Amino acid sequence: MSVQEGLPLEAHARPQLRVHRADHLLVADMVETGSKVLDVGCGEGDLMQLLESRGVDCRGIELSREGVNRCVARGLAVVQGDADTDLDHYVDDAFDYVILSQTLQATRQPKEVLENLLRIGRRAIVSFPNFGYINMRLQLLIHGQMPRTDNLPATWYDTPNIHFCTIKDFVGLCDEIGVKMERAVALDRYGRPLRLNAPWWFWNMFGEQGVFLLSRAQKKPPLQAADYVAP
Amino acid sequence: MMNIHSVKGQKIAAGERTQEVDHPHSLVAQFGADQPLPLDCGIELSPFQIAYQTYGTLNADKSNAILVCHALTMDQHIANVHPITGKPGGWLTLVGPGKPIDTDRYFVICSNVIGGCMGSTGPASINPATGKAWGLDFPVITIPDMVRAQAMLIDRLGIDKLFCVVGGSMGGMQVLQWSVAFPERVFSALAIACATRHSAQNIAFHELGRQAVMADPDWQHGRYFEHGCFPHRGLAVARMAAHITYLSDAALHRKFGRKMQDRELPTFSFDADFQVESYLRYQGSSFVERFDANSYLYLTRAMDYFDIAADHDGVLAAAFRGTQTRFCVVSFTSDWLFPTSESRAIVHALNAGGARVSFAEIVTDKGHDAFLLDEPEFIDIARAFLQSAGTARGLGKAEH
Repeated sequence: MSVQEGLPLEAHARPQLRVHRADHLLVADMVETGSKVLDVGCGEGDLMQLLESRGVDCRGIELSREGVNRCVARGLAVVQGDADTDLDHYVDDAFDYVILSQTLQATRQPKEVLENLLRIGRRAIVSFPNFGYINMRLQLLIHGQMPRTDNLPATWYDTPNIHFCTIKDFVGLCDEIGVKMERAVALDRYGRPLRLNAPWWFWNMFGEQGVFLLSRAQKKPPLQAADYVAP
Repeated sequence: MMNIHSVKGQKIAAGERTQEVDHPHSLVAQFGADQPLPLDCGIELSPFQIAYQTYGTLNADKSNAILVCHALTMDQHIANVHPITGKPGGWLTLVGPGKPIDTDRYFVICSNVIGGCMGSTGPASINPATGKAWGLDFPVITIPDMVRAQAMLIDRLGIDKLFCVVGGSMGGMQVLQWSVAFPERVFSALAIACATRHSAQNIAFHELGRQAVMADPDWQHGRYFEHGCFPHRGLAVARMAAHITYLSDAALHRKFGRKMQDRELPTFSFDADFQVESYLRYQGSSFVERFDANSYLYLTRAMDYFDIAADHDGVLAAAFRGTQTRFCVVSFTSDWLFPTSESRAIVHALNAGGARVSFAEIVTDKGHDAFLLDEPEFIDIARAFLQSAGTARGLGKAEH
């Protein structure tokens, strides 16, 4: 795996009205001012509002009606929709960045969703809770029960999260579908980035969540008829 | 046969046209022979007039104008007492001082649609060629025709770009048509409980209403004014049928259930034993006092013909490609006339066109009529959308 570049989590220069989540600040720092962004699963629009305050042109999709109505009431351009079905209606290259913040594990078809993100956007930023986090492992190992943390408090029977994965799993998926990983950051439970030169297993053990900046891999040229050799 | 009794308001004597048709209690813009209205059917309508109401004050750079497009059986009197019924304005939940469409802040315009009967030229107006009411000689009108006429009115008012175009149902269709036909003249658009095309079920309901009107012997092939009569039975039935589609099963059950009307036991007759029957009869009878039967035929027809995609080789997204307009689309869960799926189709097309769009579905059991009623969540969203669009447009506080 290539060495990931770090990015200092410097506090934003402008005074903020609210305290932003560490992963939101990290994601926002990956996006240039003036770019066009789609936030898939935007919740109540906290990340969108942060991005808009930095001069980013944002659109959002949110499944929950309450979330959408809150967003619209905040003046954000958000539509009620489902990442699993509604992304198909967006045209190729419509956005500079498509963000999937803490939503991947709640989709029915994470692989298709990820492919869709990189069709619609030139780049994708994906953050998700790491199920390989040490606390998770210990709860399952010691208590023999499905893990629950402050970040993921839902019980196993009413959680929207149906496709948990570990950082290692996600890296594997990116390799499988040929996605280029431009940056990767693992955050600890306090939202601080883990050491950048740490090995993957360390991130997978001590990162509570992963944040990845992805872009399309160079597509192989399509097979020409002349290349085809009959067996 | 059902008896329609006037409950209140001024009863229209049979065969009389209300004075609102020619000399409305509204502002009127006249368009002479030098300014004909080109219609989709190929005819030019000339001369014609548009009756309209305005509220609030136009600012110096004319950037605070909101055009409200009224629904099928509404009219331009959205925020003032209705000249015929004496009832308060038709959209006071949304329009007025301090309301989302704030008349202290915006200059609000609402015009009677072409084909209507409250002062804009329509089938009840006098055909200058014959000196009699147009009746069925009036050319068939489409939603794009209505919008073209509105654009001429907006030109007349010297307004280049509207801050927002707002409407629900047939008004929502006009909002979409505005944003497609004049994208550079619409800064923002609020389309409520509508669709980009009229569904087969809705066309079917409209046909039912039209047939009810035409089946009334007093309709006289549309020449009832000349015969001194009015198809009030047929029009009332049309209204009753339509009114059911504006509500929902849950709302009817909540409002009326199976409750009896001023009686304990059934009368074993065909009187209005049930409250819901009495209510529908009232809806029918009050409607015929303020609406022209032929107008009802023309306006329902305009909605039936509406199909934005058809004008763009069947590709809806092509209609909105590259639009700079800020959209907000709203639907209601219990609306079975314009269900959420219709609004979602609008949103998908706007997304594909890269438009800036918000979309919310409001949970309510009030059916299609919810857009005219006090739905706090809807009102909040309309307010927030206009607020943020106003900020983007650089509109400060009201200029008075």
